[in-house]
Amino acid sequence: MAEAAESPGNAGTASPRPLFAGLSDISISQDIPVEGEITIPVRSQIREFDSSTLNESVQNTIMRDLKAVGKKFMHVLYPRKSNTLLRDWDLWGPLILCVTLALMLQRGSADSEKDGGPQFAEVFVIVWFGAVTITLNSKLLGGNISFFQSLCVLGYCILPLTVAMLICRLVLLAEPGPVNFMVRLFVVIVMFAWSIVASTAFLADSQPPNRKALAVYPVFLFYFVISWMILTFTPQ
Amino acid sequence: MAAAHELTFHEFEEASDLLVETPDAATLSRSDQLTPQGHVTVAVGSGGSYGAEEVVEEESDKAALLQEKQKQQPGFWTFGYYQSFFDVDTSQVLDRIKGTLLPRPGHNFVWHHLRNQPDLYGPFWICATLAFVLAITSNLTLALAQRRDPSIHYSPQFHKVTVAGITIYCYAWLVPLALWGFLRWRKGIQEHMGTYTFLETVCVYGYSLFVFIPMVMLWLIPVPWLQWLFGGLALALSATWLVFTLWPIVREDTRLVAAALLSAVVLLHALLALGCKLYFFQSLPPEYLVPPSQVPSLPPNVPLPPTLPRSMAT
Repeated sequence: MAEAAESPGNAGTASPRPLFAGLSDISISQDIPVEGEITIPVRSQIREFDSSTLNESVQNTIMRDLKAVGKKFMHVLYPRKSNTLLRDWDLWGPLILCVTLALMLQRGSADSEKDGGPQFAEVFVIVWFGAVTITLNSKLLGGNISFFQSLCVLGYCILPLTVAMLICRLVLLAEPGPVNFMVRLFVVIVMFAWSIVASTAFLADSQPPNRKALAVYPVFLFYFVISWMILTFTPQ
Repeated sequence: MAAAHELTFHEFEEASDLLVETPDAATLSRSDQLTPQGHVTVAVGSGGSYGAEEVVEEESDKAALLQEKQKQQPGFWTFGYYQSFFDVDTSQVLDRIKGTLLPRPGHNFVWHHLRNQPDLYGPFWICATLAFVLAITSNLTLALAQRRDPSIHYSPQFHKVTVAGITIYCYAWLVPLALWGFLRWRKGIQEHMGTYTFLETVCVYGYSLFVFIPMVMLWLIPVPWLQWLFGGLALALSATWLVFTLWPIVREDTRLVAAALLSAVVLLHALLALGCKLYFFQSLPPEYLVPPSQVPSLPPNVPLPPTLPRSMAT
């Protein structure tokens, strides 16, 4: 229409949609209706969907989250360069792993407080503050990974070490001796290497190329300290 | 022109000479005086006579550095402010570490290696590594001692991590603070003295602790005289390096103050090394079963006279 063609040209009129200025070149034929209803029939479906999530059983809700966590565990155990951990990050997995590890590593309260292994709070603090420090470090070095994504990756990659802790606990039920220690040492070393490989598979790409080593070294130190705590665990 | 002198510090050999002549040039904060003269610098850079292969690198270096300086006004509370302290590459960090291992009298660490770009990455992670290495090796020594003598009771001794961490971080941050404060006070009295910025002092102390990491790892060898030997060597290396780094600044001061300052620095360093040796690496069999209050009275732990000549020798 002529009016449609002219209206973008009037600088004085307040054109409500300057974005569509290019449409002035297109002639609008008269039989395309430019009026109609705005109600979207899909809306009732969306409402239904919302209430269906609300109305679903608790088991469904929990299983959905557990499946997401389990899927990420699988990605850690078989590390490939994939984006799943980064895209759908969550902190449930790291929390579960950290609490499990801290519960298993804490010393009994009955023996001397001075000389034993770490307390629950010490392990918790080391894991979370360590992860936060490494994340801050990689962001300060110029990495383009978000804060929570990095926490998520570091937390999930503790999974191999938690498995090592479980194995060590089982091995410690056998009689003590050098063989016992060698088995535990071997398991911890393998799991430590697995953790490092898994976390660098996810994290290394987010760093500028000439600073990769600077960003990976603190991760190495972090998992090394956790492995040390696992290896030196002695049941009282 | 003063501007040209201050701004040519990127060059490799002439820089150090210029900085020796005008020690103030190294220590002006980067934000002053450079932003209005940005365009002048580029003109000087492109007109200068460098080696052909260095021209492109120098210019892009200068341009990048200028852009960075012009953007370097983010406030203390923004993330960008702290990002400027982590602006180092792997090769730069390794180069700085190598610089601490080879103290050379004319080759000042701050001017040659830091070049107005002190970083916090090195000091922070070297201190963290040293704290954990101390705790881990001291625990390992206990484990190895238990193998030789099964009457010793092994325990993970996790509290040593906390103690080591607090000690090392306090040393690496409070001592540079005190030193910086003292130097600024002296600068107020003696106008022509140069000074280092706080970050450069922290950097110097942080990198100086690097030598202790292999020293602590070598302390695993359970031969006492070898441990004292390694300790002495590492301490001598580190203290010499510290003295060489601080010398260009303190030589402007009176001899008394300079001597007092340098011997205080060396003494504190020696105390740190000695404290680490005594607390984390007590030789075990007789006193591990004995309460810690009796430790100083036992022969292997008495500080030997050889520590005195080391601190006197500087």
